[in-house]
Amino acid sequence: MSDNGTPALELAGINKSFGAIHVLHDIDLAVYPGQVTALVGDNGAGKSTLIKCIAGIHPIDSGQVRFNGKPVSISGPRDAADLGIEIVYQDLALADNLDIAQNMFLGRERKKGIVLDEAGMEQAARETLARLSVRTVKSVRQQVASLSGGQRQTVAIAKAVLWESKVVILDEPTAALGVAQTRQVLDLVRRLAETGHGVVLISHNMNDVFEVADRITCLYLGRVAADVKRSEVTHSQVVELITTGRSGDLGLAPSTAAESI
Amino acid sequence: MSTETPEPNVVEPAPEKRAATATLADSDFSADTRQQTVSSALSGYVVKLRSGDLGALPAVFGLVVLIILFYGLRPETFLSKGNIANLLVQALPVTILAMGLVFVLLLGEIDLSAGVASGACAAVMGKLLVDGGQPWYVAVLAAAVTGLVIGAAIGALVAIVRIPSFVVTLALFLGLQGIALKLIGEGGTVPVHDKVVYALANKYMPVWLGWTIAVVCVLLFAAVRLLRWQRQNSKGLSNQPLALVVVQVVLVAIALLGGAYILNLNRARTPLAPFFGGIPWGVPLVAVLLIICTFVLSRTAYGRHVYAVGGNAEAARRAGINVNRIRMSVFMIGSLLAAISGIVAASRLNSVTPDAGAGNTLLYAVGAAVIGGTSLFGGKGKARDAILGGLVIAIIDNGLGLLGAKAYANYLITGGFLLLAASIDALARRRRSATGR
Repeated sequence: MSDNGTPALELAGINKSFGAIHVLHDIDLAVYPGQVTALVGDNGAGKSTLIKCIAGIHPIDSGQVRFNGKPVSISGPRDAADLGIEIVYQDLALADNLDIAQNMFLGRERKKGIVLDEAGMEQAARETLARLSVRTVKSVRQQVASLSGGQRQTVAIAKAVLWESKVVILDEPTAALGVAQTRQVLDLVRRLAETGHGVVLISHNMNDVFEVADRITCLYLGRVAADVKRSEVTHSQVVELITTGRSGDLGLAPSTAAESI
Repeated sequence: MSTETPEPNVVEPAPEKRAATATLADSDFSADTRQQTVSSALSGYVVKLRSGDLGALPAVFGLVVLIILFYGLRPETFLSKGNIANLLVQALPVTILAMGLVFVLLLGEIDLSAGVASGACAAVMGKLLVDGGQPWYVAVLAAAVTGLVIGAAIGALVAIVRIPSFVVTLALFLGLQGIALKLIGEGGTVPVHDKVVYALANKYMPVWLGWTIAVVCVLLFAAVRLLRWQRQNSKGLSNQPLALVVVQVVLVAIALLGGAYILNLNRARTPLAPFFGGIPWGVPLVAVLLIICTFVLSRTAYGRHVYAVGGNAEAARRAGINVNRIRMSVFMIGSLLAAISGIVAASRLNSVTPDAGAGNTLLYAVGAAVIGGTSLFGGKGKARDAILGGLVIAIIDNGLGLLGAKAYANYLITGGFLLLAASIDALARRRRSATGR
């Protein structure tokens, strides 16, 4: 919990408008290596827009993005990937008819001349899964179609980790999972942080958030309502922050919160 | 008795232990399955079949049933040396056309114009050979370029304008027949007498060359499979048991050498006639195409991307694959192979007519690909499917011909077979999604 270290990814004063609609207001967000930062907020709070700004899908209007302390400009998904920012989207981007190793290297296959380096890819995929102590997958040559929802999420996350990523952003990874599978994925999220990744977890589920997050950043109508340590808040405070933008002395000033509406 | 009593004590803990290690292996990735035994590979295969992944099984089953059926009905002619050679030549154009369609079907698209595209390309070749007086390589190259242009046009309309491929190629199905008719003229025929083109389906390799190629192919296949197994085994990668690899090599060797033996027998009708036999020149052409297509699909990044786009286009797009380029390219490959198929068909018939490739040509080719195991829903299929399916279609066509079946029966039976193959494909797919495969 070294809050004093340099954040792997830091956003300062990010603004974004779509036409006349001001979607993000002066967003500050810090993602530290080895920590899980939960990004919470109601529907329409701006979580997805913020993620897409980080991913380079939407250009930002103003504000600064710093990666490992250095200012960077992300103007496309390729830039984000090159920096080491990987995003695991909610609808998992896996091809059912390919096996796990093939999916993990999809679009970035290793080659020897013009021939695919199957051996190298299989070994790297196996090492990555072993490093994350994945215990639910039998073989990297298993077809993705034969996997359960939790296993698919595991593969999608492992795919993100394979690329020497520094920051992994998970968009509602447990949304469609059962109890046991949620458990597996949450364990994996923790291990991601333990292996030195900065993790952003977007979730609606307070139990998940309180179980794995180190910090909680709450968005309310396009503003950061609170950026707090998990240990400093309770369930109900976070729910209040999500729904009204403030809770006790936490959150937006009443005038700002009202103005946003 | 005294020797028997300790036995249960020794044996009893063993199953428990085995069960314990088995569950550990299931739950721990560090002990994932890499080396398979013959029995685990076989049980894995049964599981695959039960979950709807039938692979080549329906086609092989169909081949065996049809051969037995027609042999039973026409024992003296169906499996005669002459008819076997004839059957292979009959299968050539359909097989090549089907191989191109495999690429298109892998994306879940369809090319209804492939048949008439083959006819139009053959018409271009015929016109250049006869009226243009060009050498064969110029004419063949022009036909191939025509195929690529047709494919690029389809691809652009599907990928960029985003018209469903079914509609684009239905329009081209009519349009290309118009082009062929304009080139050749109504009621006209372009005779093809060029030596090289004529030889494809009408001349046979010298016996020694046929044997050499067959043996080299067997050795190459064995070397590729065994070296891959050895490499996988030494690096601790997932692999098949050696015994199964050897069985595959032996089966391929039997098929290739057996085929070479039958085709190299003397097919002369009278004992006094000069030797007549050998492998048709078109067969090595199909073999080369099969090797190239298999290599491209299974060993290159391009092939991997084709499967990925067919399996989940959105995932492929997010992985940075240029989906539109893949879409365009499969139609170009499909039409290029259609052009080659048209050339072989022209060689077989010694001529090009305005309705070349129309009629049931396309139906046969789609049927061949689907019977071989390529899915109509995309993402599943192999180049070899075209060979297996092409043989099934050719045997039906040939066998019905020997039986003297009426044209109406021929249409009914072939249409029925296509429906049967498509039903198996659709049911297998339902089964796959039901069992989560």
